[in-house]
Amino acid sequence: MPSILKVENLSKKFGGLLALNNVSFEVKEKEILGIIGPNGAGKSTLFKCITSIYKPSSGKVYFKEFDVTNYPTYKKVKMGMAITHQIVKPLKELSVLENVMVGACYGKANLSIKEAREKALEVLDFVGLYDKKDLEAGKLNVPQKKRLEMARALASDPELIFLDEVLAGLNPAEVSKMLDVILKIREKGITILMIEHLMHAIMKVSDRIIVLDHGQKIAEGPPQKVAKNEKVIEAYLGDPKLALKLLKEK
Amino acid sequence: MKKNLFSLLLALGIIFYFILTPMILNSPILRESSFTTLMYIALAISLNILMGFTGYVSFGHVVFFGIGGYITFALLYYYKISLFLALILAGIFAALIAALLGSVVLNLRGAYFAIATIGINEAIKSLVNNLEFLGGAEGLFFNMKIYKSYGGPQNALWLSFYLLGIITIVVLIISYLIKHSKFGLGLFAIREDEDAASTLGVNTKLFKTIAFMISAFFPAVVGGIFFFKNGSIDPGSAFSLTKSVEMIFMVMLGGIGTILGPVLGAITYDKIKETLLVSEAFKNLHLTISGIILLLIVLFVPEGIIGFLRRKIKVLKNILD
Repeated sequence: MPSILKVENLSKKFGGLLALNNVSFEVKEKEILGIIGPNGAGKSTLFKCITSIYKPSSGKVYFKEFDVTNYPTYKKVKMGMAITHQIVKPLKELSVLENVMVGACYGKANLSIKEAREKALEVLDFVGLYDKKDLEAGKLNVPQKKRLEMARALASDPELIFLDEVLAGLNPAEVSKMLDVILKIREKGITILMIEHLMHAIMKVSDRIIVLDHGQKIAEGPPQKVAKNEKVIEAYLGDPKLALKLLKEK
Repeated sequence: MKKNLFSLLLALGIIFYFILTPMILNSPILRESSFTTLMYIALAISLNILMGFTGYVSFGHVVFFGIGGYITFALLYYYKISLFLALILAGIFAALIAALLGSVVLNLRGAYFAIATIGINEAIKSLVNNLEFLGGAEGLFFNMKIYKSYGGPQNALWLSFYLLGIITIVVLIISYLIKHSKFGLGLFAIREDEDAASTLGVNTKLFKTIAFMISAFFPAVVGGIFFFKNGSIDPGSAFSLTKSVEMIFMVMLGGIGTILGPVLGAITYDKIKETLLVSEAFKNLHLTISGIILLLIVLFVPEGIIGFLRRKIKVLKNILD
């Protein structure tokens, strides 16, 4: 499989704080790559540097073989990236339909306003928000706003979608619904890069996982292998030997 | 889509009423009061494209009115070119200045942008105050001969009136077209959340600049017509901050971001001002009272007349825009 996204030695400094330290990895076409790590590990910063929301201090980002490191965010979106936000950003006073139309009009899909309406209705049906289409986006509840984030991203016909904690704050029933949507997105042939704290969920859907801790990549591989990695256990639980002992006793 | 057409037609009807009444009755008095109303309508709609659609509140928008006025005036005064050409040049020049200024001030958000626009207006006012060839603080005066090529002063007044009428209709239609276009959707996305808009693929910087340019073009043309008709121009009346505040007031009063709102806001404000100015008790207080009304609007009906009607009367909810 060719790689759709390649990150080379990406670093980001905030003043004296090294939030990302020489992170490199590749994302293969059509895979689901999960990114995990303790709080403050630099996961969201990584997303923001790849999508130019933050300017990386050093390193390169290649998208479909192009060096896009210094492209502004909107250009990357037009090339086929789609971004969701950990803290939802609905366009509050626009209707749900109009929110999704913005994605369809200005993302890679680049549709006219009339086509965008059709496309938006189709996507709203896909994520299960069709009956809310005329509501003001600000009036949705949190799970619905998360779905709206997904809908806007999907409406842009992306090749690579960034999901930043789309499961956070959802109850178990909502989580399993959302996971269905994520798997359906993959069926469409869209590559997914996702940050998630819910371990069982990300272990279930990811093909591969990258673990970040203190801005550094400490492990990479299939979910089961990563879960047994000593460094990963240490990052999450402290002393790995003690942790393993405790696990065995249990 | 039909619902929005209704508001456009209603707004057009109102504008035509103000154009046609003086024309049919052939009344110079009515023409003068209609001139002011139409001018307010055109200015409010122009500002609304920036303030209502894009979310950038320009407190010094009158600067483009003044720039347009001065350019038109100077072109006619020194080069005697035709009024129409001068007006178009004034509009284009103002739009270019907006692009230039925009590249700096449009990076500011919220209150900082508002304050910067006030600063720009004051700076340009001081500049013009000190430019000898623009007459400095005294300003410039037309020789009456200038109206000869337009059929004498009387005809020139009517001509200005019709030109203003045409510009008002044009700016209304442009504002309607923008609102229902892909471009307009991008502007609204910027208004709601600029960061979200750029992560959805909107080239926010370009879009803001274009909106700023369009919303600068029309006040400049209106300013040109106004000072051509006036026969004189000076920095105080060209760059009066009061007019800027009036423009914001009208947009807020009518309904920010709507098509019909600025039209209703302009007419209502004009009526308020007219009533207060002729009343013995209030004639010196009209700005104070307008200020209080603005405060009440912001506190209690931030969505303006249109929003209020939409909320209170169910039938209108889907019709008014």
